[in-house]
Amino acid sequence: MAAELGGDGGGKHKGGKPKGKKQSTRIDFTPMVDLGFLLITFFMLTTTMSKPQTMEVNLPSKEKVKQDDQTKVAESSAITVILGEFGKVYYYEGNTPAVADSIKVSSFAASGGIRDVLLAKQAPWISKIKAAKSKLPNNPSAAQMEALRKEISGIKGEKLATTMLIKATDNSKYKNLVDIVDELNICEIGKYAIVDLNDQEKAMLTAKNLK
Amino acid sequence: MTAMTDVAFLLLTFFILTTQFKPDEPVMVDTPSSVSEEKLMESNMMQVLVDVKGRVFFNCDGPTYRKDLLGKLGQKYKINFSEDEKETFSNLQTIGMPVTKLKEYLNWSNTERTEYDKNSPGIPIDSTNNQLADWIWFARLSNPEYQAVIKGDRETNYPVVKRVFDIFQEKKVNKFNFVTSLEKRPNV
Repeated sequence: MAAELGGDGGGKHKGGKPKGKKQSTRIDFTPMVDLGFLLITFFMLTTTMSKPQTMEVNLPSKEKVKQDDQTKVAESSAITVILGEFGKVYYYEGNTPAVADSIKVSSFAASGGIRDVLLAKQAPWISKIKAAKSKLPNNPSAAQMEALRKEISGIKGEKLATTMLIKATDNSKYKNLVDIVDELNICEIGKYAIVDLNDQEKAMLTAKNLK
Repeated sequence: MTAMTDVAFLLLTFFILTTQFKPDEPVMVDTPSSVSEEKLMESNMMQVLVDVKGRVFFNCDGPTYRKDLLGKLGQKYKINFSEDEKETFSNLQTIGMPVTKLKEYLNWSNTERTEYDKNSPGIPIDSTNNQLADWIWFARLSNPEYQAVIKGDRETNYPVVKRVFDIFQEKKVNKFNFVTSLEKRPNV
């Protein structure tokens, strides 16, 4: 098969008389090839962009757990983060605010925001995770990757590693929730729970005029 | 030239066969971004879509499961869906209306449906008329493998999303996948 670019397929002899009509069997394939490439471009561009990302989140089960079976969160390792209006973030160390003044105001800013607080709190475990990652050879096998993954989740789950309680107020947006879970991933925090505000916290927020 | 054309058409065939088009969604949703690089699963997902105005839509995959789901839903709400209606339903995507409207909706033409979808009321989620809970429950009965996927808009108010979480948790689903778009991981 070949594509003929010239229009000279009619079987005419130069100068001479036309010797009757000789039908050419050759077809110009160029437009078909053009169309083919056009479609390829179209499909290539549409396929690569269609798969969205996902973020997995587990919520604490609503089923009643006996008082003795409940996991106790060490006061020193806990941090409570409250999502407020307009992307504001309030936080305090521990899982019960001692006084209203222990609630601090922060934001989602890349520096000077809640991330810095979390990074500082989780720092010892972040360096452990970094050390574990650096031990990995250049071309790790699947088994080595799996072992590393296990080791990291072990480090994140250590008893004294940071536990974060996420509490969203009614004024917050869905985006804020996704952002804070994202901070967890960035700061390598493995223990978290999305729970409701308690009355004490609500009262404290109202007292400080925070929404 | 011949060889190139052959390769081109081979590629074309490959792309045509592998392409999966984005499912039709009645509302535009601007998903929040995250650093998570995990991809959304290919199948066995039931997706709840929550738009900016707080309307809730439901979608799940697998035509046979969808037919089964519609049958079960019909039984509960005493609506008899015909085989034709089930067939139409199995080929549709996202649904956002009270169950009572569904029979009429399934008998419309495609253009009428698109017209309706523009202003669809969403699935009722109030505690007195919690139809989303039924959708989730019967979907899980039809296919226990379904995983919960939540696709919300950035600016959706948290109470609506929380209500959706609560409904899922009522039906013993505690694991969620949030649909997000990719954002560069900051160096820390």
